[in-house]
Amino acid sequence: MPPALPSAVRASNPGATLIDALLSASAAGIIELLSPYPPGWGGTLLLGLLHSIEIALGATVLGLLIGTGGAFGKLYGGPVVRDLLAVYTTVVRAVPELVLILLLYYAGTDLINQALTAMGYQRVDISGLAAGIAVLGFVQGAYSTEVIRGAILAIPQGQIEAARAYGMSPGLMLRRITLPAMLPFAIPGLANLWLIATKDTALLAVVGFYELALATRQAAGVTKAYFTFFFAAGVLYLILSLVSNLLIGRVEAWSRRGMPSLKEAR
Amino acid sequence: MAGEAALINAAARTSLWLQPHRIVLILIALALVFGAAFFMRWDWLPQYYEMGLLGIWRSLWILAVTCFLGFLLAVPLGLAQAAGSFWFSAPARTFCTVIRGTPLLIQLWLLYYGLGSLFPQYPWIRESWMWPYLRQAWPYGVLALTLSFAGYEGEVMRGAFAGVPKGQLEAARAFGMSRWKIFRRIWLPQAIYRALPTLTGETVLQLKSTPLVATISVIDIFAVSSKVRQDTYLTYEPLLLLALIYMIITGILVFAFSKIEARIPNKVG
Repeated sequence: MPPALPSAVRASNPGATLIDALLSASAAGIIELLSPYPPGWGGTLLLGLLHSIEIALGATVLGLLIGTGGAFGKLYGGPVVRDLLAVYTTVVRAVPELVLILLLYYAGTDLINQALTAMGYQRVDISGLAAGIAVLGFVQGAYSTEVIRGAILAIPQGQIEAARAYGMSPGLMLRRITLPAMLPFAIPGLANLWLIATKDTALLAVVGFYELALATRQAAGVTKAYFTFFFAAGVLYLILSLVSNLLIGRVEAWSRRGMPSLKEAR
Repeated sequence: MAGEAALINAAARTSLWLQPHRIVLILIALALVFGAAFFMRWDWLPQYYEMGLLGIWRSLWILAVTCFLGFLLAVPLGLAQAAGSFWFSAPARTFCTVIRGTPLLIQLWLLYYGLGSLFPQYPWIRESWMWPYLRQAWPYGVLALTLSFAGYEGEVMRGAFAGVPKGQLEAARAFGMSRWKIFRRIWLPQAIYRALPTLTGETVLQLKSTPLVATISVIDIFAVSSKVRQDTYLTYEPLLLLALIYMIITGILVFAFSKIEARIPNKVG
């Protein structure tokens, strides 16, 4: 049942209630609630947004590292490595993020603490930020493995053969040919993953990490202005997505420089 | 002959599966499963068995209803973006951007806590026939998941509608078909064929979004597992079983969609 409001105290006159409701959502009240200085809750929301961005950035970078390693393992690794990576990507992509976050959080902290006690150290409390980044990064890693693998496969075979014909060593070929040639194919997928990461940070609120969704929930719970605060949080997330889209467009254009534009290619 | 070939094919596939390292990996996996079965606590299972089945049923039901309704909404959204005038395409594009640009959790909480807290202020809502439904949590969950699916799938349908070759539509017009008939017989079916591969992915994503309704007190399978964890103080067992259940449902969905896809001509246009 939705949270009860002191609606019973309101006058039973429908017109008066309507005006009341409009007044409670009036501009002055909203500005007061959302102002960045206490008693307003704007500062809390912005701090939550900062935490969300931090977690998303960390998770994306960690996911990229895992993904690059995973893609090369899948393409050039031995049979055991390939099978284990296939299990990793399949399981992570088949189980809801919420369940994975819970499992990885409990299992991860348990494992670290057991390892620490086994080595004779004290148990530690793992910071929400680090745990959030690790958990989301592990999930992102599975998706970026697939994106980067696809991008490497999309490089025209002739380019790699040409590099080999020039006598490039594998390391040089990776640095000069494979990674730069893969980038235009990988960036749309990776950009999508970044957007997913920013939105997945909200799931960490369910586990109790402090980020935008949890901050909003606290603010809304205290002030009872549920609609205002969740709406404000939605706007903040939307701004984050739109700004990201702008930047991504720039990066994409940069990575495709010198290539025929998509419209001409079609 | 055909049977023999199939047999050889099957044998080849089995031998491909049973390479030496695979056998070792499978044995390790089996050992892990049996270890989990014997050394972890599963004595709570009989007590929560029925609740779990009900939870699975509720999750599947929410998945089916929201995917169906969401797809129905996605068709006009995609069509408006692909072929509509500015006054149709701009709102559709805004809707898709907003849905895709904000987390589902926030949309869900905005609807349930936000709208849900505004409704009781209006006596005419409280006196209407909708009120018994608006007091429950699941309509908000279904609405949020439907809108989310429509937002993502609307974008896919936009591409699918735009991707149907012009020649097909011109040929239909040359046959003297009415606009509605062109849409029903030519444009929509071909767009759906094109969207079908992504539809599998979107449905799996939707399945993975359903546990969010547990945060607004709908008792789906995720909520049942949370209850087991609270009641028994077990951390891993309910979560592992939950992950297994979601993997099985995902597997069934992917298998079913691959069967549907195989029945549809893949060389369109």
